[in-house]
Amino acid sequence: MAKILIPTPLRQYAGKQDTVEASGATVGELLGALTAQYPDLRKNLFTDEGKLRSFVNIYVNDEDIRYLSKDATPVSDNDTVTIVPSIAGGR
Amino acid sequence: MEGIAATGGLPADGPSNKDALSKEEVLRYSRHLIMPEVGMEGQLKLKAASVLCIGTGGLGSPLAMYLAAAGVGRLGLVDFDVVDTTNLQRQIIHGTSDVGRKKIDSAIDTLREINPNVRIDRHETALTSENALDICKPYDIVIDGTDNFPTRYLVNDACILLGKPNVYGSIFRFEGQATVFGMPGGPCYRCLYPEPPPPGLVPSCAEGGVLGILPGVIGVIQATEAVKLILGKGETLSGRLLLYDALNMRFRELKLRRNPDCPICGDHRTIHQLIDYHQFCGVPRQPAPEPAAADGEIDVTALKSRMDQGDRFVLVDVRERHEFDICRIPGSTLIPLSELGRRLGELDRTADIVVHCKSGVRSAKACALLREAGFTRVTNVRGGILAWSDKVDPSVPKY
Repeated sequence: MAKILIPTPLRQYAGKQDTVEASGATVGELLGALTAQYPDLRKNLFTDEGKLRSFVNIYVNDEDIRYLSKDATPVSDNDTVTIVPSIAGGR
Repeated sequence: MEGIAATGGLPADGPSNKDALSKEEVLRYSRHLIMPEVGMEGQLKLKAASVLCIGTGGLGSPLAMYLAAAGVGRLGLVDFDVVDTTNLQRQIIHGTSDVGRKKIDSAIDTLREINPNVRIDRHETALTSENALDICKPYDIVIDGTDNFPTRYLVNDACILLGKPNVYGSIFRFEGQATVFGMPGGPCYRCLYPEPPPPGLVPSCAEGGVLGILPGVIGVIQATEAVKLILGKGETLSGRLLLYDALNMRFRELKLRRNPDCPICGDHRTIHQLIDYHQFCGVPRQPAPEPAAADGEIDVTALKSRMDQGDRFVLVDVRERHEFDICRIPGSTLIPLSELGRRLGELDRTADIVVHCKSGVRSAKACALLREAGFTRVTNVRGGILAWSDKVDPSVPKY
């Protein structure tokens, strides 16, 4: 089981948890398992066409999957997957 | 832009000699001067430096105060807002007696008291596509302390077009992000996030709340990066996104790369001038005028008269529990929007259901959800409990 870190703005769609464990051999499978468990997360992570939204970045450990193999990036049990959406607050 | 000229000319205040420190300055900066990483050389670099602080709010407050104290020679401030009581929980450059004043005036007073040697430029305006290049141009470094996506993309693009570092920070509830964009060969904000979220999907601090101390931590990190850039010392956050989680007190960092396909800093630039950032972010430039009560909506005075007439209906409050604890409308039942989907069974599908929240946005979503689930008699309370406090019962506190 890899660990997925859920950012504050999305916790309301993930049972208010900051960390969720899920299984999957790739990032795509892992996020599939995550959104199957928490369906409300789906529209916040993916477009209607199933594409990862462009204001959400996914990191395996400290690497952005856009510079690895995107959805096909392999994930192993000890990896930490971090979801980092864009936030704009400053005042 | 009023007041002190931002472009060229003699400083309107502060010492004019950038090549030496006065006796007072030597004493003031003594803890810097005795440190080899700063020393006289570094302190003179700080004195010769200019930094533009966009926003004097949560992030802008601490960062401008520390940069003034550190002896940055010239600070530009951009703000057009007025100090509000809800600002005081975190915007420490403003005090209780400043409520109602222009933020920029209140900020300048605080900074002058901290360090009268600093030249301060007053830009009392919103940053726009028309003025951003002119405002940013005279400064060595730009610091983004704004609170909305259009301005963040605007600041990014202006900095890339001008070739200036953009010290970035942003906050939400207990979580912050910081990095430095726009360094030679380094990534920019568009490399990190090519597009903004559609309006409404990511809550702002005004909607989601923010721990008052959080902008202090992130703002001071931004100020630290600016000072390091000026001194040319250490390793900046360029190429690294720092994530701070105050609740678990964890700092993490993720790798950031310049995107070769980035439309503004990539190998083939397609954005050559500032664009319409409100359109890019899909948000209206001006808040839309309040619409007349649409079908399926009532205003708070109509709600009150229905109550007074003894009408039978169920009043559902879809705010969160912690908001219900602050204030409530008598007779309401709490079902937070986040729980509504799985608690539909608690409501009678044939009943007359009136839904309210804080301002009317979440309750409109709740009404849509209920209608989709087959409820037919659903009404949204326009303006929510804030309007209730304004127009029906002023004893209900606003938050």
